Amino acid sequence: MPDGMHTKTAMLEIADLHGYYGESHVLHGVSLEVRQGEVVTLLGRNGAGKTSTMRAIMGIMGKRTGSIRFQGQELIGMAQHRIPRLGIGYVPEERGIFSSLSVDENLTLPPVVKDGGMTVPQIYDLFPNLKGRGSTQGTRLSGGEQQMLAIARILRTGATLILLDEPTEGLAPVIIEQIGVAVRALKARGFTIVLVEQNFRFAATIADRHYVMEEGHVVDMIPNDQLEANMDKLHTYLGV
Amino acid sequence: MVSLLGIPPQVLFGQLLLGLINGSFYALLSLGLAVIFGMLNVINFAHGALYMVGAFVAWLLLTYAGIGYWGALVIAPVVVGLLGILLEKTMLSRLYKLDHLYGLLLTFGLALILEGAFRHQYGVSGQPYPIPAALQGGQNLGFMFLPNYRGWVVVASLVICFGTWFAIERTKLGAYLRAATENPTLVQAFGINVPVMVSLTYGFGVALAGLAGVLAAPIYQVSPLMGTNLIIIVFAVVVIGGMGSILGAIVTGLGLGLLEGLTKVFYPEASNIVVFVVMAIVLLIKPAGLFGRER
Repeated sequence: MPDGMHTKTAMLEIADLHGYYGESHVLHGVSLEVRQGEVVTLLGRNGAGKTSTMRAIMGIMGKRTGSIRFQGQELIGMAQHRIPRLGIGYVPEERGIFSSLSVDENLTLPPVVKDGGMTVPQIYDLFPNLKGRGSTQGTRLSGGEQQMLAIARILRTGATLILLDEPTEGLAPVIIEQIGVAVRALKARGFTIVLVEQNFRFAATIADRHYVMEEGHVVDMIPNDQLEANMDKLHTYLGV
Repeated sequence: MVSLLGIPPQVLFGQLLLGLINGSFYALLSLGLAVIFGMLNVINFAHGALYMVGAFVAWLLLTYAGIGYWGALVIAPVVVGLLGILLEKTMLSRLYKLDHLYGLLLTFGLALILEGAFRHQYGVSGQPYPIPAALQGGQNLGFMFLPNYRGWVVVASLVICFGTWFAIERTKLGAYLRAATENPTLVQAFGINVPVMVSLTYGFGVALAGLAGVLAAPIYQVSPLMGTNLIIIVFAVVVIGGMGSILGAIVTGLGLGLLEGLTKVFYPEASNIVVFVVMAIVLLIKPAGLFGRER
């Protein structure tokens, strides 16, 4: 971990975030921060609040209290459709490929919100599998290709922070490898990435830091270079 | 002239034309219903009443402002569309979190209020609306006589229906609409203002009904009950075509109009129920409708 990183400004700061779906209180004071250019993972068991944290950032949650600041701007209370327009791209766990849209239409659906997004040829270089599939119905792609498409369509928009919810879920090892290559390439391009993962072996290959969540809040933060030393602790957290 | 199964061709083609005219209105109205159902998940019972309002706006424009058919063809759909957006913003939008049944009940109530108000003001006898000068007269096609206005209605509604289909299935705006129909939350998470899209979609759907009302004014009389008479069949068309299917609404609307016309020729006693018989059969064999997808 380069020491210089600490001088970089925090891009995303979450402080004492509480979140509710209707009556049920799912986030209990989440606090974390993500610096510009970092890849940070949220680890934790099922139901620990990882996906809910992402949904809270995007405003897809009934009620939120506390603070979520993106580049200094408070997101709580902001109209839902304005949040992505600040430059936050969301790749949901279920991938959200539209079956009534072709691959091309899926790829170009999210509006460009900022300059500096990747071009379609650059995206095809990153995900060669998607090339030449433009007129295919979106959901006819394989699971791995759908995951690539879900990431690809965000890269066009110029979003600088990408929320990736379990990109490896249900995919074959060889596809996971490809997704890992792509995520590392995105990091090299300067994207800031928050990654939800159950598979911490995958997470360890790309992340700078790991936040561990339990019961709706962050219980620990482990820098990636100290992962080995904290393996026992991590096994306890994740119950593996 | 040769006859077909003892039916003179004039009768056959005359009824087929009538069927095609009715089918054009079924298609226009069920198209609007399909667009609205797809996006809002609301079965818009006020559709027939808004079709009636469209016809009345045309009649009022002519009677009180001297604005004729062509002006009405533009103004009436805009008026009905704006009325729709107002109804959606102030009332319907409050119901999305509840069971779909509430949207149906609200729009049914709105239909009764609209129809009651016009009935109170104008009675039920119906107001005549003249065919515009440019479309009077007709063509002798050899095998039948085609009144110009009826030919225009068929052509106009086909153009509007397929124009709408194209806009939804083949354009960027349509892609947003299809995507928001499938997963509004995610489309919102891409930065699209979905509530505004929903209002505009409702406005567009009912504007189609208003437009159908103007097209219908010179053929049927402008009466407060004209929507009620039509809407039950249109709902059957939507069910047969498949709830929310755009192409299904268009094809089924025209097809059932023709089928009704044919039934009138060969077995007139069944012409009023044939649509419902088809509906029952389709529901038994393919519950999602001919063009519908299981949800």
